[in-house]
Amino acid sequence: MRWGLRLVAMLALMTGASASARAETLIAAMSSHQIQITSNYTGSQLTVFGVVERDGRTVARADPYDIVVTVRGPPRMLLVREKERLGPIWINRTQRRFPDSSLFLAVASNRPLSEILSPETARRERIGLEHAQRAKDSSLDLDVTTTRFQEGLIRILSEKGLYSAEERGVTFLSSTVFSAPVDVPATAPTGSYAIDIVLYAGGVPLARQTTNFEVVKSGMEQSLASGAHDLPLLYGLVTVLLALLLGWLASVVFRRD
Amino acid sequence: MQIYLPIAELPISILTVLGLSGAVGFISGLFGVGGGFLLTPLLIFLDISPAVAVATVAAQVAGSSTTGVLTYWRRRALDFKLGGILVAGGIIGTLLGVLFFNSMRRLGQLELVITVSYVTLFTIIGGLMLYDALRAMLRVRAGKPARLKRRGGTHPWWMGLPLRMRFPHSGLYCSVIPIALLAVVIGFIGAVLGVGGGFILVPALIYFFRIPTAVVVGTSLFQILMTMTGATLLHALTNQSVDIVLAVLLLLGGVIGAQFGGRAARNLNVESFRLLLALLILSVGLRFAIELFIAPSEPFSVVLTEGSR
Repeated sequence: MRWGLRLVAMLALMTGASASARAETLIAAMSSHQIQITSNYTGSQLTVFGVVERDGRTVARADPYDIVVTVRGPPRMLLVREKERLGPIWINRTQRRFPDSSLFLAVASNRPLSEILSPETARRERIGLEHAQRAKDSSLDLDVTTTRFQEGLIRILSEKGLYSAEERGVTFLSSTVFSAPVDVPATAPTGSYAIDIVLYAGGVPLARQTTNFEVVKSGMEQSLASGAHDLPLLYGLVTVLLALLLGWLASVVFRRD
Repeated sequence: MQIYLPIAELPISILTVLGLSGAVGFISGLFGVGGGFLLTPLLIFLDISPAVAVATVAAQVAGSSTTGVLTYWRRRALDFKLGGILVAGGIIGTLLGVLFFNSMRRLGQLELVITVSYVTLFTIIGGLMLYDALRAMLRVRAGKPARLKRRGGTHPWWMGLPLRMRFPHSGLYCSVIPIALLAVVIGFIGAVLGVGGGFILVPALIYFFRIPTAVVVGTSLFQILMTMTGATLLHALTNQSVDIVLAVLLLLGGVIGAQFGGRAARNLNVESFRLLLALLILSVGLRFAIELFIAPSEPFSVVLTEGSR
């Protein structure tokens, strides 16, 4: 299909009939590029704003615009284990690794993904919770077991509010201006988050834009965390002394005899 | 009111933590156990990662046992000589335990080892203690002495092994070998399960060596204080998983709870003390047994593998 599009584009260029017929461009901005974690941090919300830019020469579309926003947290190696029965007890027996997966994933669209694009396009374009973290060049189908583990992964992290799929998460303010709120729960990992915004019409991707934001510790949270890593001996000693001091203090305060 | 924990990386309700640690501190002061075996599972239940929970509880236990040690010391119910031997044996056991811990982790069955050990250990120890406590209570009811008094000159065979030593504070004249062995075993279990081992030490000293309960509790707290201070430093140095904010919160609740616990212990008679401790240990064992034997509602679990980016 991609080849087909390229072929059409090349033909169009060759004939020169629509050499100036431009596709839409996507312009996006974040309400903020940094979330700072302070001691009273309980999660945060960012908003993605975007405009579908078109000029007079842009071809008219029969289908309305659709926007899909995918937010991926910092990539890590996730391990999913399944408990199975062995005799009378339940133990972890099988496990699957999910490399380059994140503990945070949010997919927002202006209407259900199934109405925006075909399952094949979704898989190829890595759209939707089940496709978003697949390796870029893998077109292979996941085997049955891995799919089951992936479903488990999505279910568990969705319950924790770390994975989300919002079918109405993108709002069109006008026919070309949209906004999408991104909820970042307090348990979301620190690090760099990538936002992928794709414009569709009639199931065909027209334009895409990427941006990012980061979640960082600041103030006291930051100094304590970096102290623990950079000066572990001092950090440990301070913790122990503090513990012993509080223990001693309590025995003094509560002493009656 | 919520506060964000810098190492655990999640916000937590201050009141919840204070309430939990206060309750566990009370039990800790009452029985002379560190309380780590109760607090660690509770923190994991609050979504704190096991590594951070184990390391931070070590700091909390060190602090709250300080209070207890000072209290028992003032009451002269602390045997430093016995405590010293326990600490020395405990260090050897801890090293062996760490080696075992790492080899099980390589085999990928660490979680199973931990759960099964919790179940067997707690159920057996709790069950034995419950049996003994109930038998003693029935004897009292029948008008007989609670247990047979130790007669002068008689002692179990393990106390008569070579290298006998006098422990005047504990009223004990006994071979060092079984005591050191006990300390090694406790250090080993402590390192593998991330607990101080007071819940094993206290009944062992009472039942195997017939040391007065008050001295047992003080000495056990001393051993816990030493082990947990070392454990906190070790955790801070090797995996940076000690959360100082959580530790302070746990301590505030814990030391206050321990004060009331220690005071309540004075008004508690020996028989109900043993019965309650037995029930407590048994119930923790059963709680882990449920996890092992009942079909889980969610068979899958997700973990973040460390250092594999």
